[in-house]
Amino acid sequence: MEEILIDLHIKKSIHTNHVNEILDIKLSIPAHGFITLFGKSGVGKTTLLRIIAGLTTPDSGYIRVGNETWYDSNLNVNVKTQQRNIGFVFQDYALFPNMTVKEHLLYAQPQKEKKHVSDLLDTFHLKGLCNRKPDKLSGGQQQRLAVARALARKPRLLLLDEPLSALDTETRNMLQYEILQAHKNFHATTLLVSHDIQEVVKLSDFVYVIGNGKIQKQGNPDDIFNLVNADPHVQSPSRYLDSISFTCS
Amino acid sequence: MDDSFLQTFWISIKLASLTTFILFCLGIPIAYFLTYSRFRLKIIVQALVSMPLVLPPSVLGFYLLIAFSPNYWPGNFLNQYFNIRLAFSFAGILIGSVIFNLPFMVNSIQNGFSNLPVSLKDASYTLGKTRSTTLFRVLLPNIKPALLTGVCLTFAHTIGEFGVILMIGGNIPGKTRVAALAVYDEVQALNFSTANKYSIFLFLFSFLVLLFVYSINSEYSKWKRF
Repeated sequence: MEEILIDLHIKKSIHTNHVNEILDIKLSIPAHGFITLFGKSGVGKTTLLRIIAGLTTPDSGYIRVGNETWYDSNLNVNVKTQQRNIGFVFQDYALFPNMTVKEHLLYAQPQKEKKHVSDLLDTFHLKGLCNRKPDKLSGGQQQRLAVARALARKPRLLLLDEPLSALDTETRNMLQYEILQAHKNFHATTLLVSHDIQEVVKLSDFVYVIGNGKIQKQGNPDDIFNLVNADPHVQSPSRYLDSISFTCS
Repeated sequence: MDDSFLQTFWISIKLASLTTFILFCLGIPIAYFLTYSRFRLKIIVQALVSMPLVLPPSVLGFYLLIAFSPNYWPGNFLNQYFNIRLAFSFAGILIGSVIFNLPFMVNSIQNGFSNLPVSLKDASYTLGKTRSTTLFRVLLPNIKPALLTGVCLTFAHTIGEFGVILMIGGNIPGKTRVAALAVYDEVQALNFSTANKYSIFLFLFSFLVLLFVYSINSEYSKWKRF
């Protein structure tokens, strides 16, 4: 039987300009899988990622990771972000302007491991840029550094919040490949937030489609997106997402 | 330059340096609290910190003078148990100066924290780093211009302070007489030439400090943020 890394059921009310609803999500994530949370902007994908990371507190529910409980509203348990073994890649990368590439990786490690730093620099083609600060890196290089930094502490769980959304198609394709390689090489269970169908199909083993605050669909990318091909009007992710909303209303 | 002139400037610089040092140490935790705390009543703390910006210095000076007086309980307590008299002393004007300059330091640092993307702090936490490590390794190194602005403004403003010091410290040469008070004193005595000497120093000093602050900020504004 497949080992389950994350088992969660959380509720969180979301109040934004666009949305005013309850996020009620129940899902299981297998260990070492590459899972995607797919859905329209504002449905709560990033909120869910932040809840798993401990950066946002849900209203109720539980998050169990392996044998640990990270959050349980009934038991009054809420493990601090610092104590959750995760790597998080933010949409804006959140690189530290005062640190060089190498300093980022060394800062991220609990114990200094030069070999791991060297492996990361190789994997993400950052070796020649060791002494550069983020303002001297291109968008693609910044994104690579953000992923490398997240992997530097050898997390059990890698959380990617639309990390490629600001990049051009060519760089995006290249980095999708690198992220997949890193996922395989460093064995971290990966949870990606994306609304790019191509990206999801290329990277994921399993997809959760979120809409109206709930999991609308789940399955492997081929099964989920074959529905798209069946509808001649649905050509783009946004059209597909609209159709999901329609069927659910 | 006579001894009295140098002595007055020395007291001004000593007061400004100590005020700046104390406020730098106090300003960072207060600004951090005001920026990141979710405490609902922090707006009251914010208003209290900014009060000296709008409160007449004489009002603050008056209440501090009352508090320092041995006729009221805080002054009486300090006098009776520690033999400390703050009214008309250097320690007294230092306390007044720290309170009066609080917003110049705290608001500058708070602006620095507020202008940093929140994701920097979050990113450091997701890397397993504590609040203090995040503060010293990530947040403070990235708000250097704000820290420098706070230091320069506090120092310069203390050098030019008048009302609070006059109320709490009087105008005792060699003890509480600072440059700004000396200008007033010399004009009262019709010594315009001496008043002019103090004024030119204060004028040039204030100009140079502001020039320094603006040049640093203009340099750092070119620094790209992420």
